Amino acid sequence: MSSEASMLEKFDEKIRKEIKIEPRDWMPDKYRKTLIRQISQHAHSEIVGMLPEGVWITRAPSMRRKVALLAKVQDEAGHGLYLYSAAETLGTTRGEMIDDLHTGKAKYSSIFNYPAITWADIGAIGWLVDGAAIMNQVMLCRTSYGPYARAMVRICKEESFHQRQGYEIMLTLAKGSEEQKAMAQDALNRWWWPSLMMFGPPDAESKHTAQSMAWKIKRKTNDELRQQFVNATVPQAKLIDLTIPDPDLVWNEERNSYDFGEIDWEEFWNVVKGNGPCNKERLEARQNAAKNGEWVRDAAIAFAEKQSQRKSNKEQVA
Amino acid sequence: MSEKKDWPLWEIFIRSRAGLNHKHVGSLHAADEDMAIENARDVYTRRNEGISIWVVESKHIKASNPEDEDSLFEPADNKIYRHPTFYNLPDEIKHM
Ligand SMILES: [Fe+2]
Ligand SMILES: [Fe+2]
Repeated sequence: MSSEASMLEKFDEKIRKEIKIEPRDWMPDKYRKTLIRQISQHAHSEIVGMLPEGVWITRAPSMRRKVALLAKVQDEAGHGLYLYSAAETLGTTRGEMIDDLHTGKAKYSSIFNYPAITWADIGAIGWLVDGAAIMNQVMLCRTSYGPYARAMVRICKEESFHQRQGYEIMLTLAKGSEEQKAMAQDALNRWWWPSLMMFGPPDAESKHTAQSMAWKIKRKTNDELRQQFVNATVPQAKLIDLTIPDPDLVWNEERNSYDFGEIDWEEFWNVVKGNGPCNKERLEARQNAAKNGEWVRDAAIAFAEKQSQRKSNKEQVA
Repeated sequence: MSEKKDWPLWEIFIRSRAGLNHKHVGSLHAADEDMAIENARDVYTRRNEGISIWVVESKHIKASNPEDEDSLFEPADNKIYRHPTFYNLPDEIKHM
């Protein structure tokens, strides 16, 4: 048996050499815990993220929009499942993770605690929320834990349509009637700042960033990703003649980046703590889904057990 | 969480095209093997990623121990004569 010190040395060397860590490899306890927390939180976000958009499927303005939104929301369910199964390779169970979500112990991305009140919000969510998620997920394709990285590669392949369908909705509204353009602008106004908050607190105040960077779980910091998102998104807004709701937004030649205004972190923490417009509604929706589906899950297990019993009885007779 | 147990976990293998091996793509929960195949279709092949699916209940997979990696694979490590480059042939022989 190797001692813990030599195992740690081997682990550190793998991280240094960019060799992925796999489920059965030895890993520091904190690395495992950090991953379980992060991956399950990510999975919960995909699942809860289906709620604000899901209510618009039956109200989409055309068949084309409807099939696209339906496919997108279905993809998010798939993303949740890829991620739950990646987390399960670390020794947690689906039941534990779901329980942690339902009791409020586990978090999900705060962005989904905002409501989608008009059709333009579906455009803004695809463009901005999926856009911000993509920035983060592209970075995570290079994360040090193998199953997480592989889930991310799969997810990233599917995400680009999500952002494109959202941007197309915004583009169409922005080119439409006065009212339609105003609706698009209003959605941008409401979703812009929460989207910037999606990257998490500033580096200086982020308690997990340093260790996660050292373990190569994260490959870029919150502030780096946020800046990357602003730089990519501002020209997209200009192109469809919408205005980013930030009077301090200005191109900085020296930094080759946009400077942008102060984020209202008080609002962010308030929503994280459960006081956003939809926290209660989202959690209740998930709790009810679990409760109302329980008899179906139990019946399926009972049916499977009966089938396998019948099969083995038959085999005995034959 | 339900009083009864979680649905078992299944490992999913997909053949992406005729002529290729089935390859491990991830796992999922299902009550039985038929449901595992149906769920695998919905979760892992929404964009024509496969033409054939294998499902194996995870508990039936026996994996080698990564700590044994050195001793397990060492026998293949020191047998360079298993590789074609070990043999010296005259330059005139271009392909063999
Ligand atoms: Fe997603
Ligand atoms: Fe998405």
